Amino acid sequence: MSIQRLEQLNEMHIDVLKEIGNIGAGNAATSLSKMLDTEVNMTTPVVKILDITDAANLLGGPENVVIGILSKLGGDIEGIMMFIIEQEFAKSVLTSLLGVQEVSCDRLTDMELSAISEIGNIMIAAYTGSIGTLSGMNLKTTVPAITVDMVGAILSVPAIEMGSVSDKIIFIEDDFLSGKDDVTANMLLVPSIESLNRLMEKLGIQL
Amino acid sequence: MSETFTIGISDMKVVKSTDSLVTYALGSCVGICLYDPVMKIGGLGHIMLPIYPVNNPKENLMRFADTCIPEMLSQMEKLGCNRRRITAKIAGGAKMFEVADDSSFGNIGQRNVAEVKNTLNRLQIRLCAEDTGLNYGRTVYFYTEDGRMVVKSFSNGIKTY
Repeated sequence: MSIQRLEQLNEMHIDVLKEIGNIGAGNAATSLSKMLDTEVNMTTPVVKILDITDAANLLGGPENVVIGILSKLGGDIEGIMMFIIEQEFAKSVLTSLLGVQEVSCDRLTDMELSAISEIGNIMIAAYTGSIGTLSGMNLKTTVPAITVDMVGAILSVPAIEMGSVSDKIIFIEDDFLSGKDDVTANMLLVPSIESLNRLMEKLGIQL
Repeated sequence: MSETFTIGISDMKVVKSTDSLVTYALGSCVGICLYDPVMKIGGLGHIMLPIYPVNNPKENLMRFADTCIPEMLSQMEKLGCNRRRITAKIAGGAKMFEVADDSSFGNIGQRNVAEVKNTLNRLQIRLCAEDTGLNYGRTVYFYTEDGRMVVKSFSNGIKTY
């Protein structure tokens, strides 16, 4: 039997995705701490299969303005990975990276956008790297695209773009701790159904 | 007492004056407002994709442009609305991300808008206002009192149609 829709994923599948999240977050914490030149720790990730609407509510409601960084996956897995950064996270990152004190998310400069893109790139690479490590699959990613807008409008993109038969997305939530800052990183994964089945098979999961 | 109803993703509702409807944060999705000015009855649909997949007949009708609009029209006609008076206003269909090495990425917004127009045309409903395309999300308010559509966005303020 194969999975037809994301909501068919059971506890065992979620556990595997959690392990991907775990290793991904570990990679991400290492890269972030190098880039920000400070210690970064992370908590155990929470993996959920969510409706777009529920995900939007979790991220402060559909009209909450966030930064979305999106990369298309290719190679052995077709799909979309998206990293959502809340404004507070963006501000704290820009302060440590560029030393800017006043950050206004509705008027980010090219320099600021490119710095945030790079953070997104690192995060996406950390998680795709983790999928590759665990499954032995070869993943390619596109140069990340970035946008600042209402979270509801951003969240619907991966599911729609994959021509998904459901409104569900795989949502990986990690808490990163750096000094006094505690920021939540939200990673979204929407693989094509064929890729998801292939991934589970490679990971040795009975479907 | 007038109420405001929230329309979710792949959702649709028809209400009478003086109730109003809202759908939040349309990205590449399209919000479709149909209005009969005599009956003061209006509907709002929030579609995600253009065309109902015939090979997958258990789908939600409201998810697709070509099935949501006829359903909305039929509900309005059941309440006494007349198709010849009904007009449409639409918003959304943006391209939220520009992916550097894939120019076709995000064209679904444009395809959604095209199919909405195509379906309206087929049903002979006149499109009298649109706020579509470009690269930003939109929230749509629709007032059955006067058929006003208000589009709110993060980067482009508030516009009334």
